[in-house]
Amino acid sequence: MTSFLPLHELLDRTARRTPDAVAVEEPDGPQTTGGALTYRELAHLSDRLRDRLRQLGVKRGDRVGLYMRKSIDGIATIFGALKAGAAYVPVDPQAPAARNAYILNDCSVRVVVLERRFEAKWREALEPLGPIPETVLVDSAGGGRGLAAALDQSEAPRRVTAPSAASGPDDLAYILYTSGSTGKPKGVMLSHENALSYVDWCSEVFAPTDRDRFSSHAPFHFDLSILDIYVPLKHGATLVLVGEETGKEPARLADLLAERRLTVWYSAPSILSLLAQYGDLEKRDLSSLRLVLFAGEVFPVKHLRAVKSLVPRPRYFNLYGPTETNVCTYFEVPPTVPPERTEPYPIGKTCEQLQSRVVDADGRDVAADDEGELCIAGPNVMQGYWNLPDQTARCFLVDDAGRRWYRTGDVVRKDPAGDFVFLGRRDRMVKRRGYRVELGEIEAGLYRHPAIREAAVVAIPSEEGVRIRAFLSCREGQKPSLIQLKRFCAENLPLYMVPDTFDVVDTLPKTSTDKVDYQRLKERA
Amino acid sequence: MDHIEESVKAYILKEFLPGEDPAELTDGTPLVTGGILDSLATLKLVSFLEEQYGIAVQAHEADVEHLDTIRDIAALVRSKL
Repeated sequence: MTSFLPLHELLDRTARRTPDAVAVEEPDGPQTTGGALTYRELAHLSDRLRDRLRQLGVKRGDRVGLYMRKSIDGIATIFGALKAGAAYVPVDPQAPAARNAYILNDCSVRVVVLERRFEAKWREALEPLGPIPETVLVDSAGGGRGLAAALDQSEAPRRVTAPSAASGPDDLAYILYTSGSTGKPKGVMLSHENALSYVDWCSEVFAPTDRDRFSSHAPFHFDLSILDIYVPLKHGATLVLVGEETGKEPARLADLLAERRLTVWYSAPSILSLLAQYGDLEKRDLSSLRLVLFAGEVFPVKHLRAVKSLVPRPRYFNLYGPTETNVCTYFEVPPTVPPERTEPYPIGKTCEQLQSRVVDADGRDVAADDEGELCIAGPNVMQGYWNLPDQTARCFLVDDAGRRWYRTGDVVRKDPAGDFVFLGRRDRMVKRRGYRVELGEIEAGLYRHPAIREAAVVAIPSEEGVRIRAFLSCREGQKPSLIQLKRFCAENLPLYMVPDTFDVVDTLPKTSTDKVDYQRLKERA
Repeated sequence: MDHIEESVKAYILKEFLPGEDPAELTDGTPLVTGGILDSLATLKLVSFLEEQYGIAVQAHEADVEHLDTIRDIAALVRSKL
């Protein structure tokens, strides 16, 4: 374990050691031109943004929004914000502007580093919410050139530079917004120490070197990006960005894996399933790959077996953990997946720097091999939810010694080998393509449609992952078509939240207390 | 040669819009930007086109520009026959 360093110091330290090594590569996308930056160049670009952010009034403890396509410009923005002493708040550029405006207003960002294509809709959505923050406006993100050009324009003839913030362990490093059950996303606050203890654990387990080439598949608002960004930069390795468009196209993705000679791959299982099904992996040379990491949802064994048989050489790890804990348990998949196995692999053992407990509904420890809710304590665990003290209090169990245990909401049991096996959820949250989805947030979105009287959503497990079915009743004579409903959802919800099917019914089934009877809906589905 | 449109429409209705009134789906209905086809559905549609018409769709063609409406899809198929 290294002693404490602020996250941005991981980059600057490597930049002093190997300034001319390539830190980050951004392959060209369908509509973007990428590039590459050395450690020296990345450190310099983020220094320039740090100075500009300070000029705009950013101080230690503030928040800075990141609203642009995935790019080197985005990486430099993350480090610029950290160097100014701020926490960065990345939003999904493909999500509805109203959702992003809510997020950036909720945590009152001081400055947003914004790509011009998103500006008009964002301003329009922000207008009714409150004051418009300052912006650093990037014409077009790609290769770091967009950000550099924006800074060229705004820089005073004599740039005032001061050292980067000496952030402490408890200073916030980033806020990641995840789906909220009430219909509003909630911000998970993670400190420099939270991230660093996870990054250091990765160093121990995965032994990265400066010859490694890491994929960065996850978007920056997704917690998988923490490993992608900080682990390679700490070790002088190269980070290879996968853009939003390429990330969903298995053929391009497989090309990138082979051509860029990646050594470490990390994504949600659903992306690996797509690669196995549509990526023609048997035709590619993937001999450089040494590690395949996956997280975010259960990996159906059928698909895991297919991936492993096509790409047998690397070691495969299942990493488990809600955003609130980064990663908290891990499991190495054995070299051969038996042909008769259908049960998913365990989520494994607790990461060495953390502690775990399994508790019943009253918060008491269960017997050794009984099922219960997994709770986690230790340096990875978040500080809380932004501006939601009640929700924060509810998600922690405080023991007699005053120690805070994060209640994951996941029900687990220990198997005979001492590995945790994931059994299900306590609440209405599901995982879809690695993303957390609160079914209540989808319902809240559906209720915004003027013709919808009642909406209830259920999740049905399937071999292809979770399928979301919506049941609706409509106001008289106003039944929207399926096409209208899908379009409405696409405009109002992130794509991974749009239901797979819609059933319009006269009225929703109710329990004796007049609540929606989800059990009966599930039976119907 | 309207039957490409017909058969693509029938496939989309069956696979992605079960129960929808066929009259609601026109040759100009936005499929990708309208939230009817997500990325997985797009891959399935491309596999269907390749099999049905014996064509090869390149990765750069499997995008919103070529697949957003039944009209676009039919034009892509015709360009390859």
